[in-house]
Amino acid sequence: MLAGLAAILKRDVRLALRQSADNGMAVGFFVLTVILFPLGVGPEPAVLARIAPGILWVTALLASMLSLERLFAADYEDGSLDLMALAPLPLPLLVLTKCLAHWLLTGLPMVVLAPLLGVLLSLDPAGYGTLVLAMALGTPVLALVGAIGAALTLGARRGGVLLSLLVLPLYIPVLIFGVAAIDAAIYGTGARPHLLLLGGALLAALALCPLASAAALRQALE
Amino acid sequence: MTQADRFTGHDLSCIRAERLVFQGVGFDIASGGALKLTGPNGSGKSSLLRLMAGLLRPASGTLAWNGGDPADEPGEFRAALRYLGHQDAVKPALTVAENLDFWASLAGARGDGTAALSAFGLAALAPLPARFLSAGQRRRLALARLVAAPGRLWLLDEPTVGLDRASVAALEAAVARHRDAGGLVVVATHTEIALPGAAELGMERFAPARPAAA
Amino acid sequence: MTASRLGRPTMSQRRSGSSLHRFANPSRFLRLGRRLAPWFAVLATAFIGAGLYVGLFVAPPDYQQGESVRIMYVHVPAAWMALFVYTCIAASSVVSLVWRHPLADLIAKASAPVGAGFTAIALVSGSLWGQPMWGTWWVWDARLTSVLILFFLYLGHIALMNAFDDPTRGARAAAILAVVGFINIPIIKFSVDWWHTLHQPASVFRLGGPTIDISMLVPLFLMALGFTFYYLLLLMLRVRSEIVARKIRTAQLLQSAP
Repeated sequence: MLAGLAAILKRDVRLALRQSADNGMAVGFFVLTVILFPLGVGPEPAVLARIAPGILWVTALLASMLSLERLFAADYEDGSLDLMALAPLPLPLLVLTKCLAHWLLTGLPMVVLAPLLGVLLSLDPAGYGTLVLAMALGTPVLALVGAIGAALTLGARRGGVLLSLLVLPLYIPVLIFGVAAIDAAIYGTGARPHLLLLGGALLAALALCPLASAAALRQALE
Repeated sequence: MTQADRFTGHDLSCIRAERLVFQGVGFDIASGGALKLTGPNGSGKSSLLRLMAGLLRPASGTLAWNGGDPADEPGEFRAALRYLGHQDAVKPALTVAENLDFWASLAGARGDGTAALSAFGLAALAPLPARFLSAGQRRRLALARLVAAPGRLWLLDEPTVGLDRASVAALEAAVARHRDAGGLVVVATHTEIALPGAAELGMERFAPARPAAA
Repeated sequence: MTASRLGRPTMSQRRSGSSLHRFANPSRFLRLGRRLAPWFAVLATAFIGAGLYVGLFVAPPDYQQGESVRIMYVHVPAAWMALFVYTCIAASSVVSLVWRHPLADLIAKASAPVGAGFTAIALVSGSLWGQPMWGTWWVWDARLTSVLILFFLYLGHIALMNAFDDPTRGARAAAILAVVGFINIPIIKFSVDWWHTLHQPASVFRLGGPTIDISMLVPLFLMALGFTFYYLLLLMLRVRSEIVARKIRTAQLLQSAP
C-alpha cells in the first residue's frame, strides 16, 4: 500500500514539475500580491509592519485557493480519478497523499518565501520565527480543507469561483489564529496558545478532511 | 488462478440524473466466463459497468462477488478488479512507460511493464512522452494497464474504440489468455469482438416501458 | 458487517430502503403539504403576532438599555432559527448521504434560503441593536464572526446545490458541505464562553437555567415558536414546488423521448 501512495506522490510531483504551470503560478501570485501592498498602502514601515502578518496570511490563503482548483480536476477530466477510486488503496489515504504533494509544491515554497517577503513588509524581527512556524502549521490545513472544496466542485459550472465561496469561510479560523500567533510573538504576549490551536487544527484536519474529500470524490464519480 | 470466482447481479436498477436508466438486470458469470453488453446509446451499458465496478450505487438490487457484497470488502474486490472506461487516463506529460508503471504500482504489481507494452505493440514507444501518441495508441496504452497487473475481473467499456484490426486481435488474445487463467470479463461494445462462449445481455430489454420519472 | 461510513451503507441498509420508493413518496408528501400548510400559516401568524405584541407593548423595558432592548425579540429568535435550520439541514444531509432518501435532499434544498434569511435578519437586527448598545455597528468578536461564517456557509450551500446540471449531484455535494460545516454550530454556541467577546454570554440556553426574567422569556419563546412555524410553512411550500418542478422536468423528458 505504501508503494502505491509513494507512486501517487512521485507522479503528482513529477507532473507538476514537468508542467510547472499551476503551482508555479500560485507561488508567483503570492509574491506579486504581497508586493502590491507596499505600493498601494504606502511604504511607511510602521504601517506596513502593523499589517504585515495579515497581508502575508491573506495572500497565502488566496494563493492556496487558486492552485486548489486543479487538485483533482485534471485527474477527473481524463478518467484517472475513476481508476484511483477503484485502486485497492483507501481513498482518504489517496487524498491525503495528493494533498501532501500539493503542499510540497505550493505550501512549502510559501513557508520558505514568507520570511523573505516579511522583510519587504518591514515585519518586526520578533515575528519571523513564529511566522514560519505558524505558516508551516497552517498551510497544510489550507491544503486539506481546500481539498474538500476542490472535490465538491468537480464538474460544477463556474467551479473556480464556487470553490472560493465554499473554502474561504472555512479558512477564516486558520487566518485568525495564524495572524494572532504572529502578533502575539511581536507584542510579547506569547504565541504558544495560538500555535497550539493551529497544531490542533492540523491534527483534526489530517484526520477528518480526507474522509470528507473522499466522500465528495465518490459523489463526483457517480 | 487457484480460486474459482463468481460474479452475479440480481434485479439491478440504475437512476442517473433523475431518470431511470434500466431496471431488473441480472447476470451470472463464473471463472473463465464472459459477458457481452450490447444495446443502443443511452441504454445503460456504461452505467451498468460503473455499477458493477462500485463507482455507482444501484437504486435497487444486489451484487455479489464470490458470495459477498463487494461493498462490504471493497479492498479485496478492488484488488481483483480492472476497469477500463471511455477515457484512457493517460497523462501527456509522462512517458508511456511512466504512465503504465504508475497504474501498475497502484494495483500492487512489481516489475516493469515491458511485457504488457509488448502485448499491445507499444514496447518501442516506451520512452516517448505520451503526448505524441495517437488516439489508438493511447487506447492501447490503457489496455496494456489490464495486463500489467493481473486482475481476476475485467470490466471493459467499449475497449475497441479507435483500434485497428491488429490491435483488436491483440485485445482478443489478451482476453482469451485472461479467461484461460480463470479470469472473468464483462465487455460493453458496439463493434464485433470475438468472445467465444460469452453470454449476451441486450440492455434495451431492461429499459423502462416508457421513460419513467425517478 | 462493516460500519457505515459516509456514502457507503451496509448491505442491509442498501437492501431495505432502496426499492424505488422515490415513485411513492412525492405524491404522499404533496398531499400532506397541502393539508398542513394552512395550519402552519395560521400558527405562524398567531405566534409572531402574539410575540410582537407582548414584546413591543407588554414586556418591560430594560433597566439599562430602555426601549431599544425590544430589538432582542427579533434578533434572538432569528439567531436561534439560524442555528436550528442549519442543524435541520445537517440532519437531512446525513439522511441523504447514508440512506439516500430523496425527501432529505429536498428538505435541505428548501431550508437553505430560509436559514440564510434568518441569519441575515439576526446579523442586521444585531447590528441595529449594537449601535445604541455598544456604540458600533459591527465588531469582529468570536460570536459575530462565526455567525457571519454561518451566513457564508448557507450561501455556499445554495450555490453548490445549483451549480450542477444534474440536480442529484448538486444535492449530494451540498449535503457533504452541510455536514462539514456543522462544526461551526458548536463554535457559534460556545464562542461567547470560550473567548472574551463583546456579545453577551448565554442567558437562556445554559446550565443552571435562564438568567432572564420570565416577562422577557415569554415573548422570546412566542417569537421563536412563530418563526419555527414560519420555517415549516416555507419548507412545505418550497418542497412542494421542488417536487412539481421535478415533475415538469420529467414531463419534458417524456415529450422529447422518441
